[in-house]
Amino acid sequence: MEFTQQHFIALLPLLIVSATAVVVMLAIAWRRNHGLTYMLTAAGLVLALLSIAPALQVAPLEVTQLLQLDRFAYFHMALLLLATLACVTLAHAYLGEKPGGQGFPGNREELYLLMVLSALGGQVLVSSQHLAGLFIGLELLSVPVYGLVAYAFFNKRSLEAGIKYMVLSAAGSAFLLFGMALLYAESGSLSFAGIGASLAAQQSTVLVQAGIGMMLVGLGFKLSLVPFHLWTPDVYEGAPAPVSAFLATASKLAVFAVLLRLYQLSPATSGGWLNDGLTLIAIASILIGNLLALNQSNLKRLLGYSSIAHFGYLLVALIASEGLAVEAVGVYLATYVLTSLGAFGVITLMSSPFQGRDADALYEYRGLFWRRPYLTAVLTVMMLSLAGIPMTAGFIGKFYVIAAGVQSQQWWLLGSLIIGSAIGLYYYLRVMVTLYLVEPGIRRHDAPLNWGQQAGGIMLLAVAALAFLLGVYPQPLLELAQHAIFATL
Amino acid sequence: MILPWLILIPFIGGLLCWLVERFDQTLPRWIALFTMTLLFGLGLWLWSNGDYSLAPTPEAGSTWALEFKHVWIERFGINLHLALDGLSLLMVLLTGLLGVLSVLCSWKEIQRHVGFFHLNLMWILGGVVGVFLSLDLFLFFFFWEMMLVPMYFLIALWGHSSEGKRSRINAATKFFIYTQASGLIMLVAILGLVLVNYHNTGVLTFDYALLLNAELDPKIEFLLMLGFFIAFAVKFPIVPLHAWLPAAHAQAPTAGSVDLAGILLKTAAYGMIRFALPLFPEASADFAPIAMTLGLIGIFYGALLSFGQTDIKRLVAYSSISHMGFVLIGIYSGSELALQGAVVLMIAHGLSAAALFILCGQLYERLHTRDMREMGGLWSRLPWLPALSLFFAAASLGLPGTGNFVGEFVVLFGAFGQWPWIVVIATFGLVLSSVYSLAMIHRAHFGPVKTEGSLRGLDAREVGMILLLAALLVLLGVYPQPVFDTSLATMSGVQQWFSTAFSQLASVR
Repeated sequence: MEFTQQHFIALLPLLIVSATAVVVMLAIAWRRNHGLTYMLTAAGLVLALLSIAPALQVAPLEVTQLLQLDRFAYFHMALLLLATLACVTLAHAYLGEKPGGQGFPGNREELYLLMVLSALGGQVLVSSQHLAGLFIGLELLSVPVYGLVAYAFFNKRSLEAGIKYMVLSAAGSAFLLFGMALLYAESGSLSFAGIGASLAAQQSTVLVQAGIGMMLVGLGFKLSLVPFHLWTPDVYEGAPAPVSAFLATASKLAVFAVLLRLYQLSPATSGGWLNDGLTLIAIASILIGNLLALNQSNLKRLLGYSSIAHFGYLLVALIASEGLAVEAVGVYLATYVLTSLGAFGVITLMSSPFQGRDADALYEYRGLFWRRPYLTAVLTVMMLSLAGIPMTAGFIGKFYVIAAGVQSQQWWLLGSLIIGSAIGLYYYLRVMVTLYLVEPGIRRHDAPLNWGQQAGGIMLLAVAALAFLLGVYPQPLLELAQHAIFATL
Repeated sequence: MILPWLILIPFIGGLLCWLVERFDQTLPRWIALFTMTLLFGLGLWLWSNGDYSLAPTPEAGSTWALEFKHVWIERFGINLHLALDGLSLLMVLLTGLLGVLSVLCSWKEIQRHVGFFHLNLMWILGGVVGVFLSLDLFLFFFFWEMMLVPMYFLIALWGHSSEGKRSRINAATKFFIYTQASGLIMLVAILGLVLVNYHNTGVLTFDYALLLNAELDPKIEFLLMLGFFIAFAVKFPIVPLHAWLPAAHAQAPTAGSVDLAGILLKTAAYGMIRFALPLFPEASADFAPIAMTLGLIGIFYGALLSFGQTDIKRLVAYSSISHMGFVLIGIYSGSELALQGAVVLMIAHGLSAAALFILCGQLYERLHTRDMREMGGLWSRLPWLPALSLFFAAASLGLPGTGNFVGEFVVLFGAFGQWPWIVVIATFGLVLSSVYSLAMIHRAHFGPVKTEGSLRGLDAREVGMILLLAALLVLLGVYPQPVFDTSLATMSGVQQWFSTAFSQLASVR
C-alpha cells in the first residue's frame, strides 16, 4: 500500500513515542543524567499526547492491515500515555535523590527507556486489528516489563518477581501463539474481522474452540484473571512501586482494549460456550480476587488482588457486549487507571527515597492522617473510588458497568458484582480506617517533608482532585468515552 | 434557589469546621452550631411561607411547593432535580433540629480532633437533606450512599469500644457493608426501571416525574419494587436485615446514635413513601401483606430483644426496631390516616429516640458504663436525669399526651378498617413496649445503689437540650394538627396511587 501524509499524521503518536525511545537511549549513552532523562521522556510522552489531536482529524484510518487507528484506539492511547506519564513521574520521585537518602543505588536512567518501549507496545496493541499486530504489540508491551519488574535486582523480592513474571508471561504468550495458529489453520485469516466472518460462515470445530480457548488463556494471564492470577500478588509486591503502578494500569489497559476489539469484531460465540466460559471467569475473578484480598496486610498485595476483582467487573461489561458496553469499558478503564495510579502513587511517595523495601505494610500507614493529611486524603479518595462510593470517579465506572449488565440482563454477573463489592468494602475500609487510627508506640514512617513540592506530589494531588471532580461532574469523560467507538467496517 | 443551599450549607459548614480546627478547638463547635441553626431556621422560614397543599398526585402529576432543576449528566438524562413538599419539609426540619442537638450533645463528649468530627457530622446531615430533597433517582442514590462514609468515620473513630479493641471498627464496617450492598441492589433496580422506560418510550431519564408514568410488566414491577424494598428494609431496619443496627448504635458516639436513630432510619421510611409506593403501586399493593407481617415481626422481635439487653444503648436501639415496625404497618396499610400517623410517628420517634440516646450519653459521661447491671439507684444520686428518662420512657411506650401516642394511635386506627387482624396483633406490641421501657427505668434508676461517690449534676446545656425535646414531644402530642396539615397533600397523593392499585388487585381476585 502507499503511504500518504495522512497515514503519517495518524501514526504520529506512535512515531513520536518511538523517537522518544531512540532519543532517550542516545542521551543515556551520551551522558548519564537522571533529571535530563526524565525530562526527555516526559516531553516525548506529552508531545505524543498532544499529537493525538491532529491525528483525530484523519481518523479513522487503516494503516496497513495490522493497525486500525480509530477513535477507540486514540481514546485508549491517550489513557495509556497519561498513565505512562504518571508512572514516569512517580519513578522520578522514587529513584531520585532526596535530603536524608542517597536515592536509588543502581542505574536509574534505563527505567524510563523501558517504560517508553513498553508504552509503545501498548499503543500498537490498542490499535491492532490483526493477530500479528496483537502479538507484536503484546510482546513489545511485556518484554520491557520483565526488566522493569526486576529493576531493583539487588533486592531479592524484585528479582524473584521479575523471573516469575517472565516465566509465566512467556508461558502465556506461548498459549496465545498456539491459539492463533489453530485459529489461522481453521479460518485462513489473521485479521479480527476476517476470522469473525469466516467462522460465522462455518460450523465451529474443535480446533476453533481450542484455539479461542488458548487465546483466552494467554490474554487471561496478562490480565491476571482467575484462574490465571497466581503471579499477580507476588509480582506486585516485588516490583518497585512505580512499576507495579505501570503493570496495574498501562499494561492491563492495553490488553483489555485489544481483548474488547477482538471480542467485538470477531464474535466467535457460536454455541455460546465462550460466553459461558467468560462468565465463569468473571464470577471467579470477582469473588476470588475480593476474598483473597480480605486478609492481606500488605498494601501492594491487596491492590494486586483488588485489580483481579476489578478486571472481573470489567468482564461484565465485555460480556454484555451490546449497547453501553464499549462505552462502559472506556469509562471504567479510565476511572480504574486514575484510581490505581493514585493508590500506587501514595505508596511510591511513602517509599521514597529508595530504602531497599517499599513502604507497603499496612501498619506503616497507621495514623498517617495526623501526620500527612494531604497524602492521606489522596489515599482515602482512592480507596473510596476503588470501592465505588459516590463522589469519586470509581462510582461512575461501577454505575456504567452495572448499567451495561442490566441492559443485557446478566443477572448472575450482577449478583456476583454486588457480593464482590460488599466483600471488597471490608478491606478498602480497613485500609482507610487504618490511616486515621492513632495508637501510642507506633513506628513513624514518613514521606520526605517536601513531598508536595515534588512533581510526583503535585501529580498525585491532581489525580485525587480529578478523581473527585469526575465523581461529581463526569460529563466530559462520558462524552469522550461515548465517541470512542470502533471504526465501522 | 434556596433548595441547593439547604444541601450546601452543611457541606460548607463542615469544611469550615475542619479548616478552623488548627486555630481553635472550640470554634468548630460554634460554626457547626451556627450551620445547623441556619438550616433549621431556613426550614422554619420555608414552613411559614410555602404552600404545602401542592404535592405529587396521580391526577395532577408532579407538583411541588418548591422546585429546582439543573442539567447534570446529559448522557443519561440526569438532572440536579430537587423539590420540596410537605413531607420533605417535615423531614428537613427534623434533620435541622437533631443536627443542632447532636452538635450540642457532643460539646463535652468529643475532645479529640474536633474539627474533623464536625466535618463528618455536617456531611452526614448534608447528605440526609440531599436524600430528602432529591427527585432524580440517580441523585437520590448518590446522596443515599454518600452519607455512609462520614457515618462510618463517626462510628469508627469516635465510637466506644466496649467489647474489645476493634469492636467499634467492626460495628462501623458492618453498618457500611449492609447499607452499601443493599444500596447496590437498589441501583440495579433503578437502572432496570430506567432502561425499561427507555425501551418503552425512547427517553433515557432518571427523573421521578417521568418515571412515575413508566409502564411496567407486573413481574418486572414486582422485582424492581423488591430491589427498592431491600435497600430501604436494611436501613429501616426490618427484621431479617437489622443485624447492623444494635452494634452500630452501641458503639457510636452520642451524636452518631442521635443521627442514626433520629434521621437515618427515617430516610428509609421516606424512601418508601416517596419512591417505592408511587413508582410501583401495583407491586406494593401485592406486597403489602408481607410487608405488614414483617412490620409485626419487627414490633415483637424488637420489643423482646430490647427487654433482654443489659446495655442501655442496645436496649434503646432494639426499641427503635419495634417502633419502626409500626411505621412500616402505617406505610403499607394504604389508608391516608395511617400514612399520616406514620409521619407523626416518625417525627415523634426521632425526637424521643434522640432524647433517650442523649440521656444514655449523659449517663455514660458520668458512670463510664452503659451496663445497666452496674447502674441502679440513680434516682437518689442524680437530679433531673432519672425523671427526664422516665418521661421519655413513658413517651416511648406511647403515653397519651406525647407525640408517640398520637402517631401509634392514628396508625392503628387508620389501618384497622382494612387490616383488622394485623392491627389487633400489633396492639399487643404496645404492651411489650411498656414492659421494656419501664424495665429500663427500673434497672437503671431504681433499686439499690451500686457504686459510691457523688455524681456531677446536669448543667444548663444538658437540661436545656432534653427539656426542649420534651416540650416538642408534648406539643406534638397535644396539638399535632400543623404536622397533619403539612403532610396531608403528599399523603393523599400516595394514598391515591396505592388505593387504585388495591382496587385493581381486588377486582383481579
